[in-house]
This record gives sequence, structure tokens and C-alpha cells, in this order.
Amino acid sequence: MKNRLSFTLNGDRVEVEVEAYWTLLHLLRNHFELTGTKEGCGKGECGACTVIVDGMAINACLYPAMELEGREVLTIEGLTDEEGGLHPLQKAFVEHGAVQCGFCTPGMVMSAKALLDENPKPSEEEIRTAIAGNFCRCTGYIHIIKAIKAASKGR
Amino acid sequence: MHRFSYAMPKSIDEAISLMEGHGEQARYVAGGTDILVRIKEKKVLPDFLISLRHIPGMAYIDYEEATGILRIGSMTTHRMLEKSPLIRERYPVLSDAADNIGSVQIRNVATLGGNIVNAVPSADGAIPLITLGAQIRMKGPKGEREMELVDFFIGPGQTLLEHGEVVLEFLVPKLRPLTGMAYFKHTRRAAMELPILGVAVLLSLEDDGITCSEARIGLGVLAPTPMRALNAERIMQGKRVNDGLLEKAGKMAAEECKARDSIRGEAWYRRAMVEVLVKRLGRLCRERAKK
Repeated sequence: MKNRLSFTLNGDRVEVEVEAYWTLLHLLRNHFELTGTKEGCGKGECGACTVIVDGMAINACLYPAMELEGREVLTIEGLTDEEGGLHPLQKAFVEHGAVQCGFCTPGMVMSAKALLDENPKPSEEEIRTAIAGNFCRCTGYIHIIKAIKAASKGR
Repeated sequence: MHRFSYAMPKSIDEAISLMEGHGEQARYVAGGTDILVRIKEKKVLPDFLISLRHIPGMAYIDYEEATGILRIGSMTTHRMLEKSPLIRERYPVLSDAADNIGSVQIRNVATLGGNIVNAVPSADGAIPLITLGAQIRMKGPKGEREMELVDFFIGPGQTLLEHGEVVLEFLVPKLRPLTGMAYFKHTRRAAMELPILGVAVLLSLEDDGITCSEARIGLGVLAPTPMRALNAERIMQGKRVNDGLLEKAGKMAAEECKARDSIRGEAWYRRAMVEVLVKRLGRLCRERAKK
């Protein structure tokens, strides 16, 4: 049995029918075809599925779609501006070589976005804490941390 | 993914009656970060999930100045505990623990009540609470009841929560003046880790700033359930808190702890670390108590 929901997705109000057992990740990738949000472990450990719900970074793989009624969801696809230009965080990731294979990048950027929205000038320790739940198996994190620092200085 | 229905009751009574109507195949879900993993792993296959997120007034951190009692709603997230200035200032043992549970993404969603009810031996949310002498309050088909949290746990994944009962809140009794407290999660890496063991110490001093009026030591993860080191607590009472006493307390706690071999650590190592950590945290508590 499908359930009718309405919520805000990347700034647009959407109405959708979901199955009770769907996760937010399933809804984003399979229904909305927003495949920027990745499925890594599916257990809330790797952070590849990180999106922002009501201002908070969460693991979309463990978030029941049924809980979305009235909420505001922001995914990596919602970061670009009207003309499709990159968000300052995305630019910083590119400029600092913070991307290698790229699989963790959307989740990493969303965790960084949630951090900077709440705390515009974080310390290195605070940056590390904010991305502790985002695994990157390529970069060794150094350039990612540099990129987030640079983005915070540019604000 | 296993298929289930999902209900979002607006009151506790509605949640309880839904649970009664659906029997053993139904489960409550708080943050969902644990049960969804277990459903994906096919360890539990409920037909019906009852979300507690839409019941108003279940997530709060409430300190009553008049009585000195701290009340924490069961749906309070770890992130709320981590971010609360009140908790950081007056109950640092709780923020010490909340800071290190999962990731930001998990802490934003996972709740204290969920952590307690799951009663996984590796879940360390209970250790600070039993050290604070917290009570757990729940409501079920037969009404409300309260008990000491330390008595709530009976085995790995097993508690005295009865079918249909919902945890309402945790009550932390008034603290004595000159009290210091600390928690340490002993892990192999700095984040995203389940601990080898967790140790919490609470120390209250007499007006002289050196004599122990009360000590409490909470241990967890090393044993099937979280536990208090009552013998070690007893030998500290009324004594001057110096390194010699803390050393004795550490040895005593190591002796009485029910350390066991498990995938996260061996019993001998856990006992050795209890001895070290009780002493180390005791010193920190002594400093925090004076502030």
C-alpha cells in the first residue's frame, strides 16, 4: 500500500507516493533519480548517503521515507546555483584536489555543508569531527580538510 | 528490503494500543538507526513499525532548579545531549559519552531511549546514566512504572521492558555539592568505533575538598550488562581522595568487574584497563569537583 507524502526537496515542494518500507535513499535514487547520493554500506557507517534534513546531516540509508512529511531535504543536486554553477564548497573541493574516485564526495560535501551552516568558522578538530562519519578510502582526508577550511574562509 | 507497515501515532496511548493490536510482530522505532540495520541484515523481520517520533514532548533536557532533578526525555538525541550547555557544564559525564557515539549523522537521529532499550553490550549510553543513579520511567498497557536503570538490564539485548511498554524518560537525582564526574570510552581509533570498555566515575567531596562523601563507578561493554563497581565505591567513602586511594579503588573495581572475552576485547585486558581508568578518571573527577 502506498502512502502519500509531501515535503520540500532541494527547494521545491514535491508530492510523492512511497511504500512504508522505503528509505529516503531509495526514494532519492529510485524515484527521483537523484543519484548523486550514494549507497555505500547501507548501515550508517560510511556516510556516502549523507543528505541534510531540516538542517541536519543524516544517513539517508537509515532514514524512513515515511518520516519526511513536511520536512526539508537537501541533496548534493540542490547545492548548485540557478545557472548550475558550483557551490563554494564544491569549488574548494575541486581546487584542493579533495576528490579522487569521487564516491564519498557528495556525502562529504553535505556533511561539510551542515557543519558550515551551523558553525561558519570551525576549527580543524571540529571539521574532523563533522566528517568522522564519512569514509574516504582514496585521499587520506588531508585535502578534504584543506578544502573545507578554504571554503569556510571564503564565506 | 523486508516489507513492513509504518505507523506514526500522535500520542503514547495511541502507540501502546497499536502495539497491543499487532502483538509480537510489531516493533517501536525511535531514531531507527539500529532497527533498520537489523532489518536489512534480516536479524529481525517485523511486519509493523510504530514510530515514536511524532509524539510531542518526548525529546527534552529539563533541569529543575528547585528539586535539582534532571529529566531527559527518551527521544532526546545524542546530538541534543552533545550540544546542551547545561549537560556540558553540570553533567559532563553525559556529554563525554554523547560526543563519541557514532557519527554526527547518527547522533542527529539516534536517541538515548533507543540506545538504552536495545541493551547491546557495546552500546555505552547507559554507563553515565547508571553512574548518575538514574531511574527509568516507562508506560505500558498496565500503566506507568519506574525503576533503577542499573536493574533494567538483564542480559545482552535483554531488559525488563515488557511488551507494549514505551520508555518515557530518565530521571537523574539531585547531585551533591562538590561533585565531579567523567566518562571514558576506551577504543582503538578516535571515531566511529564501538568501545573495548567504558568507564564512568562520579566523585563527591566534603566541604574540605578532599574527603570523599560519595563515589560511584559505572562499567560497561566489558560485561554482558552495564554494572556498578559497588565494592570499589564503598572503600572510597569517607576517605581522603589521594592517588593511593584511587589506586586501591581501581584494583577493587578490576577485581569485581564481570569482564569477559568478546570480539571487542579480552577479559584480562579489560580488567587491566579498568584499574588504570578508574584511577585516571578519579583524578579528573577530583579536579572537576573543585570547580
